[in-house]
Order: sequence, then structure tokens, then C-alpha cells
Amino acid sequence: MPALSPEQIHQKLTQQFGEAIGPLCAPQKDPFCTFAPSRLLEICRTLKTDPELAFDFLQDLTATDHPKENQIRIVYHFYSYTHRHMLVAKCELDRASPEVDSVEVVWKAANWLEREVFDLFGVSFTGHGDLRRILLPDDWVGHPLRKDYQEAGGYQGISNVRDNTLNLYLDADRLMAEEKSKQAPPVPEKAPEAKAES
Amino acid sequence: MALEQIVITRKFGPGAEEEMILNMGPQHPSTHGVINFIVHADGEVMKKAVPEVGYLHRSIEKIGELVTFSGFMPYTDRVDYVAAMFANEGYAVAVEKLLGVAPPARAQYLRAISCELNRIASHLVAVGTMAMDIGAVTPFPYALREREYVNDLIEALCGARLTYNYHRIGGVAFDLPPDWAPNCHRFLDHFDRILDEWDRLISLNEIFVRRLAGLAVIPGPMAIDYGLVGPNLRASGVDYDLRKVHPYGAYPDFEFKVPVGKGFAGKNRGGQVGDCYDRFYCRVLEMRESVSIVRQALHKIPEGEWMAKVPRKVKPPGGEAQSRVESARGEMAYYVVSDGGEKAARVRVRTGSFMAMGIIEDLSPGLMIADLVALIASLDVVAPEIDR
Repeated sequence: MPALSPEQIHQKLTQQFGEAIGPLCAPQKDPFCTFAPSRLLEICRTLKTDPELAFDFLQDLTATDHPKENQIRIVYHFYSYTHRHMLVAKCELDRASPEVDSVEVVWKAANWLEREVFDLFGVSFTGHGDLRRILLPDDWVGHPLRKDYQEAGGYQGISNVRDNTLNLYLDADRLMAEEKSKQAPPVPEKAPEAKAES
Repeated sequence: MALEQIVITRKFGPGAEEEMILNMGPQHPSTHGVINFIVHADGEVMKKAVPEVGYLHRSIEKIGELVTFSGFMPYTDRVDYVAAMFANEGYAVAVEKLLGVAPPARAQYLRAISCELNRIASHLVAVGTMAMDIGAVTPFPYALREREYVNDLIEALCGARLTYNYHRIGGVAFDLPPDWAPNCHRFLDHFDRILDEWDRLISLNEIFVRRLAGLAVIPGPMAIDYGLVGPNLRASGVDYDLRKVHPYGAYPDFEFKVPVGKGFAGKNRGGQVGDCYDRFYCRVLEMRESVSIVRQALHKIPEGEWMAKVPRKVKPPGGEAQSRVESARGEMAYYVVSDGGEKAARVRVRTGSFMAMGIIEDLSPGLMIADLVALIASLDVVAPEIDR
């Protein structure tokens, strides 16, 4: 079977799922469509099992943060090794309590990818077997890839701020100058005597 | 290994086992960087090994949102410092896609040459450390000696031996220096002989082959399901190479083969498609193909500019693009979102090592602890690429 264009894939999905599939946005370089979060798992199962689509590879799963629209969008990149075509889909979630079904049951690759999104964006994936932080320590506060993330200014009492190293040298210069000015200048009184002795 | 496992299970029974929890890493010579494995073992047989990653997390994706588009290029080197050219190229291709700029033909060729040389260097480290992790210490210095020659060539090209920062948005930073091509040809001729020597030294070594044959087999469908890419995927019998299937840059002009795993160890030694030896030998074969690609590129390289006309201040129009390049560790994808400003709204790096680590937990049950070392080495994971 031939590779399908994004338009064909989108048309096929719209026929099957109706309003759950958003319009295909193509002003951007890579066209993408949106999936309704409530029917995500159902759509993903079809994407994998339908012989014409056969998306057997979850190439990427990530998220983008949009504070103005009050949304976090999960971005899925699907690829099919059988037909060699690609689809980009997005799920728009509420930013205050982002929650979506896990697709780990469809593609095992989603396990670590969803853990990363959970870690860095704070999206919780329902039905994920092992949802815990992956890159950051378990007791980390906040989700760094959100746009409004504020650095806590350290971790467990270890500061992440330090003085400019050059200040150290400047201080040393100042101290040495002070020392010098305190010391009385050497008096060259006995110098001629020493010369006479030698 | 399976037989030993059956014997142990029968001898002690499922109830009689005692679980021992071992910490392997984060500072361990055979974890290839700072990775921690929590090994649940019963004697020598593992129940599971849980990878704990993140020790090298430098928030590269966040940095991508804080610096300008062209200012991010040096940071991409640090995504994968064993094969930094590909990280450069992936980011450059993604931003070019957003800008709608195509690099000139000479730049495409220079990218292919630098990337394939880097692939040789990276695979040399991979196969060399793999042999060393199994216990064959001799081949490692041999591999690193050759890598030094490649580093010399790349240093002459771009001035750096590890973090190259050579590719630019819209082309490459420098043209070939004078006398570089003859030197490169000399190295390639020399390296052909070294690859034969390498086969005699380790690839066809009976002890080495038997050690890896039939070990930690990843079947093709499993590799796809877990998102393995690159040599790890091809070793499992999936004939898929981005340079061949979706050719980018100068790759449509080159003729090369895609090595695919087919149980290279041989049936009589217990070799299966997708075992550790296939992953090892696919990399050795890929080095031969890279040599051929560099030769063709040096012969065919056109004259002309090596930088496209790109404004000093890169400001792509709003939109998003994903670039996919075939890195030494498989498909590397940069997903860049622009909102029309000077800085990216989101930069996402999808790396091969991160996905390869995800398979270890489910592959480890029943393996010996010593086999875990072979498995990690055969997947060729690089810690900074996992954690970014």
C-alpha cells in the first residue's frame, strides 16, 4: 500500500471519528491536527491497527506550553515503517490540571517519553504504569519547561548562585594596596654603610 | 543463558529466591557515563535492572528557549559529545526548514563528509568500548588510535576535536582547508586496512563471537514498539535508514548499502537476528559504508559557496518544524517551534539513546549481571544524549 499524505490521513480519520479530530493546520511547515483528549486512546489504537495507516512507531511525544491560551499541548509524532508516512497530532489540555490518557498501552516507547513530559511539564498521564520523575530528582519542586517556572535559587541548601570569580581578584588587589599603604616606606639610611662594608 | 536460568529456577524454585538489590553506577566504568542501574538480582541472574537517569541533565531544551537561534548552535554539541556533528546538523536543518533557506550544494557535501567522519569516530568508540566491557582490553587502544586520526582531520576542518560547532544555519562555518582532501584520502586508504585488521583482531574472534551470540535478543517488532532507532533497529532486522528512505542533504547522490542484522554470529554459535553481536557487527559494517560515502563525496564535491544568505539576526516566521537526521545513534529529531521572535518558543531534541535506555528494564529479566554490561555496551548509549 502506498504512503498517504497528511491530508489523506486526516480525511480518513475525520470520516471515522468526526468532531474528535480537529482541522488540519497547515500554515506551518509541518501540518498537524488536533485530537480530542477524551477519545485519544481510541484514535491511537486505530492509528496503529488500521492496515492503511499502520503507525507502528511513536517517533516523538513532547509538549509545548501556552500560558496565554491557558493550554499545554501534547505533541505526538507518529511514523509508519510499513508505509513510510508521518502524522503530527496535538492534544490541547487545560493548563491548571493537565491530564490525558497514556498511550503506553499502544506504543511501549511512550513509557519514557510520557515520564519526561510529566517531569518537565507536570502533565499527568492516566493509566501510565510507572509515572515518576525521570530526569530531575524526585523531590524537585516545579516543572522547568513551563514558561512561568521560577528557579528556586538552589537545591537542598546548595546555592546555584555564586559571586563573580573576578571579584575575588579585585578584592585581593584592593587588600594588597591597603597593606602597602599601611607599611611605612623603607628608609634607605644605612645603605651607604653597607656599601662601604662590602 | 536460557538453560542456566532454567536450571537455577528449577533448583531453587520461585519461592526460594532471595532478592539482592545492587547499585550499579552512577560512577561505574561500564555504564558509559553517569548512569545508575538498580539491579534486582538473585545470585547472578537479574530479576530486573531499573535505569535511573538524569545525572547529566543540563536542561538543554530550556536553554534553547533562552538564547537566540544561532546562539544555540554551540549548545547542540553538548547533546551528544561523541557525535556532535549530527546534533549540529539536526538543529541547523530544523531552523533552515523554518526559515525556508536551503544550504548551497557545497555545504551539503561538507555536511555529509563531516558527519560520516564523525560516524566513524563515534562507532570506533562504540565497538572499542564494547570489546573492553566484555573483557577484551586490547582492541580499545586500537580503536582510539584510529579515532585520533579522524579527530585530527576534523580539527583541521573546524578547529575542534570534540565539540565542533561546525554547521551553521544555512551552511557550514568553513570551507575545506588546502591539502585536506589528499590527507583524508590517505586516511581512508589506511582505514580500509585497519577495518580488515579489526575483523581479524576482534570481530571474528571465536571467544568474542560466542560471548555475544544469541545474547539479549531484541526482535524487530519489539525494537519498533520501544522506539529503537539507528544501528540498534537495523540490527534487529528492520531495513530502515533515514539516509536511504528519506534522503536529506547530499545523501541522494551517494551509493551505499544499509547493513541489516541477520544473525552474523552464525546459527551453529547460536546467533540470532537482533542479538548483541548483530548490534556490534552492524556498526563495523557501517564504518565501511561511511568510508565509501566520504570517498564519493570528496570526488563529487562541487565548487561554490558554503554559506547561504542568512540574515545576521535569525528570526524565522511563526511555525513549527521537525528535522530528522540519521545520527550515529540513530534518528535524531529536532522539533523547533518559533513564535516569530528572536528566540525559539520550544526546542525539543529526540535522541536515540533515551529510547534505547527505555528497553533495558523490560529486556533485563533473566539475564546475568555480566550480560547487562554487554547489553548496555551493545546499545551504545551515551549519557549526555540520554539526559540532555
